[in-house]
Amino acid sequence: MTDATANHAPEARTRSSLLEQDERTRRRNASEKRFRTYGAVAICLAIAALVMLLTSVLGNGTSAFFQTYAKIEVTLDPEVLDPKGNRDPAEMSKVTTIGYGNLMKKAFPASLQAAGVSTEGIDDKEVGAMLSKEAPAQLRNRVLANPDMLGETIQFWALANGRIDGYLKGRVSMASAERDGNVSPEQLQLADRMRASDMLEKRFNWDFITFPDASELRPEAAGLGVAIVGSAYMMLIVLFLALPIGVAASIYLEEFAPQNRLTDLIEVNISNLAAVPSIVFGILGLAVFINYAGLPASAPIVGGLVLTLMTLPTIIISTRAALKAVPPSIRDAALGVGASKMQSVFHHVLPLALPGILTGTILGLAQALGETAPLLLIGMVAFVRDYPSWPVDGFFEPASALPVQVYNFTTRGDPAFVERASGAIIVLLIFLLCMNLLAIYLRRKFERRW
Amino acid sequence: MNIGLILLFVIGLGAIGYVLGRRRALASVSGDPRKLHSLPSQYGQSVFLYTLVPALLLLVVWLVAEPRLIDSQVRGIVAESGTSGAELDLKMADVGRISQGLGELISSSAITEEQLANMRADVDDVRGRLAEIGVAVGADIEPAVLEAAKRSRDLSGSSALLRSLLVIAAALAGMAFALRRITPEFRARNVSEAVVKALLMGSSLVAILTTVGIVLSLVFETVHFFQLYAAKDFFLSLTWNPQFRGGSDLGLWPLIWGTLYISFIALLVAVPIGLLAAIYLAEYASKRVRSIAKPLIEILAGIPTIVYGLFALITVGPMLRDYFAQPLGLGNSSSSVMTAGLVMGIMLIPFVSSLSDDIINSVPQSLRDGSYGLGATKSESIKQVILPAALPGVVGAVLLAASRAIGETMIVVMGAGASAKLSLNPFEAMTTVTVKIVSQLTGDTEFASPETLVAFALGLTLFVFTLGLNVLALYIVRKYREQYE
Amino acid sequence: MYDMNRVESAVTQDEIKISAHNVQVYYGEKQAIKDVNVEILDKTVTAFIGPSGCGKSTFLRCINRMNDTIPVARIEGEIRLDGEDIYDRRVDPVQLRARVGMVFQKPNPFPKSIFDNVAYGPRIHGLARNRAELDEIVEKSLRGAALWNEVKDRLQEPGTGLSGGQQQRLCIARAVATAPEVLLMDEPCSALDPIATGQVEELIEQLRADFSVVIVTHSMQQAARVSQKTAFFHLGNLVEYGETDDIFTKPKDSRTEAYISGRIG
Repeated sequence: MTDATANHAPEARTRSSLLEQDERTRRRNASEKRFRTYGAVAICLAIAALVMLLTSVLGNGTSAFFQTYAKIEVTLDPEVLDPKGNRDPAEMSKVTTIGYGNLMKKAFPASLQAAGVSTEGIDDKEVGAMLSKEAPAQLRNRVLANPDMLGETIQFWALANGRIDGYLKGRVSMASAERDGNVSPEQLQLADRMRASDMLEKRFNWDFITFPDASELRPEAAGLGVAIVGSAYMMLIVLFLALPIGVAASIYLEEFAPQNRLTDLIEVNISNLAAVPSIVFGILGLAVFINYAGLPASAPIVGGLVLTLMTLPTIIISTRAALKAVPPSIRDAALGVGASKMQSVFHHVLPLALPGILTGTILGLAQALGETAPLLLIGMVAFVRDYPSWPVDGFFEPASALPVQVYNFTTRGDPAFVERASGAIIVLLIFLLCMNLLAIYLRRKFERRW
Repeated sequence: MNIGLILLFVIGLGAIGYVLGRRRALASVSGDPRKLHSLPSQYGQSVFLYTLVPALLLLVVWLVAEPRLIDSQVRGIVAESGTSGAELDLKMADVGRISQGLGELISSSAITEEQLANMRADVDDVRGRLAEIGVAVGADIEPAVLEAAKRSRDLSGSSALLRSLLVIAAALAGMAFALRRITPEFRARNVSEAVVKALLMGSSLVAILTTVGIVLSLVFETVHFFQLYAAKDFFLSLTWNPQFRGGSDLGLWPLIWGTLYISFIALLVAVPIGLLAAIYLAEYASKRVRSIAKPLIEILAGIPTIVYGLFALITVGPMLRDYFAQPLGLGNSSSSVMTAGLVMGIMLIPFVSSLSDDIINSVPQSLRDGSYGLGATKSESIKQVILPAALPGVVGAVLLAASRAIGETMIVVMGAGASAKLSLNPFEAMTTVTVKIVSQLTGDTEFASPETLVAFALGLTLFVFTLGLNVLALYIVRKYREQYE
Repeated sequence: MYDMNRVESAVTQDEIKISAHNVQVYYGEKQAIKDVNVEILDKTVTAFIGPSGCGKSTFLRCINRMNDTIPVARIEGEIRLDGEDIYDRRVDPVQLRARVGMVFQKPNPFPKSIFDNVAYGPRIHGLARNRAELDEIVEKSLRGAALWNEVKDRLQEPGTGLSGGQQQRLCIARAVATAPEVLLMDEPCSALDPIATGQVEELIEQLRADFSVVIVTHSMQQAARVSQKTAFFHLGNLVEYGETDDIFTKPKDSRTEAYISGRIG
């Protein structure tokens, strides 16, 4: 302690009043304020990015839920549509869409004239081209569902062509029509006249949700039906595989696993799998499930298996957290009355951890629902128009998936598909929102403080 | 009998076993459960498990082994006709398709079993008939291939029959064995618990199996690739130029460059914003602001990457092109390194900020007090005490973010472009490892060609890269956590 | 040592450094400090004693406005440093804390080198014009904290590598380096072993020559050993304040007597 005696504290500065800030303090406070502003700006930037992202999607996508339809008075000529005349749908289905198309080609200009809409300066072929190529199929389905309509003259709202639809939505203009081979300014003028006499209008488009995908040339008919079914099938598979396996693995690791090399190895594997890029799981699916095991490509079963493997680490991590949160006193209490370890876990710990497990599972499912990259590799990009049948057979039939359908739409040339892609994302985000809300609700409702 | 039916049947047997087991246990003590070692239901359980588990295990093993066994049997027939190597693989793929097609022909009763047995490739128009039901076969079908396809169908048919019989026999044997063991002294609880515990452990092994599956599938096909394409060219060539007709340049470097460039820009966006946001939330924000801003930022983390991809494609890309690239004369492409990097940066903000938030909050309060007690301002304490203390953790978080960026696929597929080049201009379209994995595996090239197999080599590169980053990052973060525990 | 204190207390200057009037502190709804009035002298060691939870640390943290960092804390009344109200709107707590240093219960060296730990305060307050001056301040402070001889050869090693007692003296050196007028110590020895405690107590005795030292302690023996003035807190009230000798030998209040005789606390 000898060194302490000789010295005094460093010279005190010239003392100033506390009530005035000295120059240095002012500078330091200014820099403090700057730094704080940087932080606030960072938060604002992040939130601005979120807002931009959502407005971009909503702005582009809401119009996909509305579609332009043209009103047609069409006489269902039995001569053409049911040549044998016995009203048997099986027989009638031999008449292809071409037959219905011819019918509509005649009916459309006629109903325009009947309504007093002038078709001056535009020939019947171009008038007919204003309807979607899908419209005859629409009519055919309607007739086949109800053959008794034959012979009647019905009012029919036919899908309008994508360009006409784009004109009503502001995507197509007179100027762009000049340069466009698929639509002419005359057609657009006719569309204006039709609107004036209520023969053309935008209506809410349930078909967007229920229709299957459509080819490149008919964006107006493209829907999400098959994709939604495919995604739902995959979620079912993920739920029924990942939940039991994940919970079983968590119970083992949390309650039974001895401290040894194997357990360490499993733990390391789980934490690493959680960070493996999703596309690698796609490669795994392609190599193992399709090439090795011979499961069919594009099928929900393969997608479901791949997503299961991807989701497992998430579910295991959250389930273990939920099990850990159950206090040891509960286990001790069960063991104390003579229950076996297994009974204490299954009768007491697991039910208490269930809300946490479910929350984690739902969030894992939400993550799986939005996953795209691995599904591209296992062939889910294929163009699928047929609905898969009911499970379990349907699991092995080709289908699409919502996020992949979005990607699919973006790879097509027609700008009308941008709206479709954004609309599909809105549907996807609504599903995700519901799942997250459910998870939050479960957490709130069953949250327990020990 | 298909697999679903077998499953149902075996589960049904298990249920019957449960009832029988329970009854037999009770009967053995003339209805007085107190004389039993375990609860009656546990005797039932033990029978149920003994019926189900061995049968299902057998089924799984069978399903895994069957394709390989049939393949090796059939391969001999095709090989006898004098093909080998890649050509053999191609023909084997045909065999698979044809045998499936033949099955469909039979089930749609276009032909009968008898007709099939007599069908000959050089006489009947097999290809045409297959095309009718939508099975397209590339070349004309050689006799050996058709024979192989028929044989393959026969084998899988008899295999399916044998499989059903054996699985059901296993279930019955398990049930009989378990039922015979039931006596009042039999420790049913211990037995069924041991089986359940084994099942729990088996489930946790799925993690290891997955890793093994990933590594094997990548390594196996990569070796295959290097047999067709020189490893030296893959690792050292500076050009990436795949051709349909062979003679491709498949150099890794342009892809690595694009990947790193885009990841770098993404981190340049995400790290400052994420870190500053985390600091603001942890040190400055009032409870109210925190309770609003934090969930909002976390929404960004819950949005699927396809949404970011579309955002890059329809909004950010055109915007950057119209307001930056074209006026500055730097390019005309809406997909660019900048587009992908920027959008990926936004995606990573919540990732960086929530990790940093945790890490900053784990710096002990005593250090903050010490700094404030000396008259430091908040920002001085943050910059000179808290951040240096949290540095290892933050570095770990940045490494994890980098690994995310490198493995990200959809944003780059939709935002970065497809041309592989080594350029510094951030407004030019470039491509990444993940983009090429997607394009090579979804393209129309034959599976056994180097152009397709290169995807596995790229996948392995990606896997090793991200795994290394993750291990390093987790190690750093763990060390950091230990420091303050 | 006890005798020495008594002799020295006689020479204590009676200049008032800090005066508190009607100080109330609330944590949310709960009142932690009720009506505290006290005058703390310069160049004196003042001890705050009392049972745990009595508000002594809370009051200590009011003196350099460390309670500002707790969002729910609210302070009423006034505390004056050299006659200036430290809770005046114009007062910058940063400037205040440069003049009223603090040492905490648990040694909390920054995860930096020993040198940087001590140089931290001078650097942020701009006390040194160049490296030589900074070196000088660091050496003086370390000597002042009786640590120089032990660490002079390893100034670049991390401060966290020192022993508990050394760490606490490093924290004292760190506080001394900003040239404060008042040094607040919040149970500085509670995490230390007896030998380290002895060293720190000796140090406090020496620090009195330059600072007004206020020490919170849960040990009555320590208060008696190091302080000239003692304040006894109980349930948020300042029960008794006076010469240390008087408090321990002839307490006026029955609660004080009960505490020092070990019946409450």
